[in-house]
Amino acid sequence: MIYTILLISIFFLVLSIIAAVYRLIKGPSIPDKVQALDAIGINLIAVVAIISVMLRTTAFFEVILLIGILSFIGTIAFARYLERGVVIEHKRSK
Amino acid sequence: MKEPNDVILRSVTKVAVVIIFTFSINLFFSGHHLPGGGFIGGLGFAAALTLLFLSYDIETVRENISLDFKKVAVVGVLIAVGTGLGSFLFDAPFLSHTFDYFDLPIFGKTELATAVLFDVGVAMAVIGTAVTVIMTISEDR
Repeated sequence: MIYTILLISIFFLVLSIIAAVYRLIKGPSIPDKVQALDAIGINLIAVVAIISVMLRTTAFFEVILLIGILSFIGTIAFARYLERGVVIEHKRSK
Repeated sequence: MKEPNDVILRSVTKVAVVIIFTFSINLFFSGHHLPGGGFIGGLGFAAALTLLFLSYDIETVRENISLDFKKVAVVGVLIAVGTGLGSFLFDAPFLSHTFDYFDLPIFGKTELATAVLFDVGVAMAVIGTAVTVIMTISEDR
C-alpha cells in the first residue's frame, strides 16, 4: 500500500521536474530560468528522500544535504549575477 | 537610488559555512564504508570556499586564508602519488593499502586505513584545482 503511494508521488514529482525543465529551456526571461533550476533541485531532493524511504536506508541522506548545498550556492551565484552583473567581486565596494 | 547591501546573505553565510565545512569533513572521513571520500569531501570544501567568495570578496577571503591554492593542488597530487609509491617499500603492488584496528583513547576501537592518506592527497588536489578555476574565471581583467 505505502509502496504504491510512494511510487505515485515519485511519478508526480517527475512530472513536476519535466514541467520545470520546459520552463528552464523555454523561459521568457532569465529569472524564470533561475527559478526553474532551483525548483528542479528541490524536486530532486524530494525524489531522493522518497527513494530512501522506499529502500529503507539512510545512505542517501548525505546526497540530500549535498544537493541542497549545491543548489543553494548556485541560486546565490545566479542571483548575484542578475542583480550586480558580476559574480565574485574583487574588492569590497565600500 | 539606495546602494545595495547584502546583510542577510553575509549573516546566513557565517552560519552556513561552518555547517558545510563540518559536513564535508564528515563526508571525507565516512568515505571508507559509506558514500563519501576524498573527491566529494574536497568538492564540499571548495563549495564552502565558493560561498565565502560569493558573499564576501576575493580580497577579504585572501587576507584570512592566505593559502596559494595552486600549491595546495600540487602538494595534494604529490601526497597521492607518494602514498602509492610507499607500497613499494613493503614489496606490494602500486597503490595497495592495508588497515588494522587500534584502541584510541576517545574513539575506542577504531579502524585506521592507509587509504585515508591517499584520500587526503585527492581532497587537497580537488580543493586546489576547484578554487583555482573559480578564482581564475572570476577575474575581470
